Amino acid sequence: MNALPLTAWIDGIGFLAPGLPDWPTARAVLRGEQPYVAAPSILPAPAVLPPAERRRASRVVKLTLAIGLEAAAHGGADVATLATVFAASGADGHNCHALCEQLASDDRQISPTRFHNSVHNAAAGYWGIATGAMAPCQVICGFDASFGAGLLDALGQVMVDRQPTLLIAYDSEYPEPLHAKRDTPDCGGVALLLSPERSARSLAAITVTPSRETAEILADGELESLRCDIPALRSLPMLQRLARGEAASVCLDYLPPMQLRVDLQPC
Amino acid sequence: MTPLLISAHTATTCLGSGLDATLAALRAGRSGLAPCAFESVRLDTWIGEIAGVDAQVLPAHLAAYDCRNNRLAQLGLEADGFADRVRATIARYGKDRVGVFLGTSTSGILQTELAYRRRDPETGALPDDFIYRTTHNSFSLAEFARDYFGLEGPAMAISTACSSSAKVFAAAARLLALGSIDAALVGGVDSLCLTTLYGFASLQLTAPQPCRPYDAARNGISIGEGAAFALLERAPAAPEAGSLLLLGTGESSDAYHMSSPHPEGLGARMAMEAALRSAGLQPEDIDYLNLHGTATPANDAAEGKAVTALFGDRVPCSSTKGATGHTLGAAGAVEAVICALALQHNLLPGSPHTATLDPAIPVDYLLQARQGRVRRALSNSFGFGGSNCSLILGVAA
Repeated sequence: MNALPLTAWIDGIGFLAPGLPDWPTARAVLRGEQPYVAAPSILPAPAVLPPAERRRASRVVKLTLAIGLEAAAHGGADVATLATVFAASGADGHNCHALCEQLASDDRQISPTRFHNSVHNAAAGYWGIATGAMAPCQVICGFDASFGAGLLDALGQVMVDRQPTLLIAYDSEYPEPLHAKRDTPDCGGVALLLSPERSARSLAAITVTPSRETAEILADGELESLRCDIPALRSLPMLQRLARGEAASVCLDYLPPMQLRVDLQPC
Repeated sequence: MTPLLISAHTATTCLGSGLDATLAALRAGRSGLAPCAFESVRLDTWIGEIAGVDAQVLPAHLAAYDCRNNRLAQLGLEADGFADRVRATIARYGKDRVGVFLGTSTSGILQTELAYRRRDPETGALPDDFIYRTTHNSFSLAEFARDYFGLEGPAMAISTACSSSAKVFAAAARLLALGSIDAALVGGVDSLCLTTLYGFASLQLTAPQPCRPYDAARNGISIGEGAAFALLERAPAAPEAGSLLLLGTGESSDAYHMSSPHPEGLGARMAMEAALRSAGLQPEDIDYLNLHGTATPANDAAEGKAVTALFGDRVPCSSTKGATGHTLGAAGAVEAVICALALQHNLLPGSPHTATLDPAIPVDYLLQARQGRVRRALSNSFGFGGSNCSLILGVAA
């Protein structure tokens, strides 16, 4: 059969990156209305978690709750009803380091909390506990191609299951010595609320097709560094067009030689 | 969903490599579990270790992927001539039309655990020969398989703990339904490592003897390792009689706790209901249930409540983890293949090591394997973080 175009409506956006604490700030910077000022990522305390979990919430849990809730609020959606797709190049790097360090020591009695937080789907699990969402929850890893892999699966859920789906693509850093082997500099991510039907909240229609072209890069050197250094931010060329409200066709990096051409039609 | 053709499948676990060894063990009620003697691990528990994994040598151009998990992946792919079936499928559809969807929970983390023992005493640096991307990272398995076959299409690792390699079937089914791909290599590989052995021990979830799913005295899991794969394609309008089919998939979230199931099995029930809905079937259409059945007190109790609520005691069911151990991120695919064997051989697998059934779980639980007509089978896989997935497989009339 011929491939159907993968298409959906973008109803909400959440964003967090170094120097860009939320989507309104990122939008202004991407529109050229204010300069990019480099700064460490600011991760808000997740008020939505029960107190015991809030105290223990790791950086990836704070990151995913921040961007996921921002996108859902932007789109006016009830998070408890949303299917989710989490896409991340790695899990909680600090927790991983602590476990590996202890397992290499004479005392291998690791903490049970550290163990259950070591799974790649830890942030997704806390999302469920925080939001009460019992809908399907996908958790993907594609290394540097994680955003594209997450986008493909999220569009598949929107089109096949005809349900609004929240894509939460995010990455975080490893401490040393793993940092020398995987140098993601800081936390960053993007969340897109994707719907099968157009609504009053819809920002744009998105259509994704496979491509072999070269991905678009960003003119601003610092933003281009973010695009290259944080896999979820391979989405930045697309987000720049969304920020500007422009109809556009941009090519994003996915998994060589396969790239993703993203067509945007603003509402 | 429109049924998909399962055109090839294979499994490698502690029962042996390939379908013949797996089927013979299931028929005989044999378990592959043994007291833990893995690496330097000192724990009072039994495990399902696969012989010969570390003797696998990856092709020279893929040497960067070398780690226990990818060695096991290769061992599993080459069983039953499966890799040749993949190559023939790629030749038919094209390198960019076959997607890769593989589940794993810990990928090649063992490589990192071992590297941490060899840190530079001065600087703390990891050794130069340690490569994060192609071993430790969760995507390493899917990228290895993509490169092993020279594929150029979409690929992803799904990592939702112990439901990972059930959910790959659902993800692949979506992209097949949309025509984004013509075939999918799906499956799961998880291999023994210190993180899971000491981690489950820290939660007091490892049993000191072989695991006993659904037994009144069950007291924990036996960790195993496994590699299982299937090829999915869109089915012809009238599939040949006897063809294996993926009929339905169902996914849900517990939204309850990171490492304990919902006590009423609500998420489990929702996943089974969603799979039945997806397949357009009723509970009475199912002939065999392969339970998640990890043999922890809480897991089997919660799943038992969900199964009882939906199926009563009318459907023969068993967990095969007493035979294979809990293969974690590979369990979904391993048990899908066990369902495929059940369907192809009209075999209802039993539950080695389980002796006295828990009277509080009134299901039709099979202690011994027996012959019986199996046309449709449902397999459950549930994971940490409350991630649930049920699959329904069938055989064409």
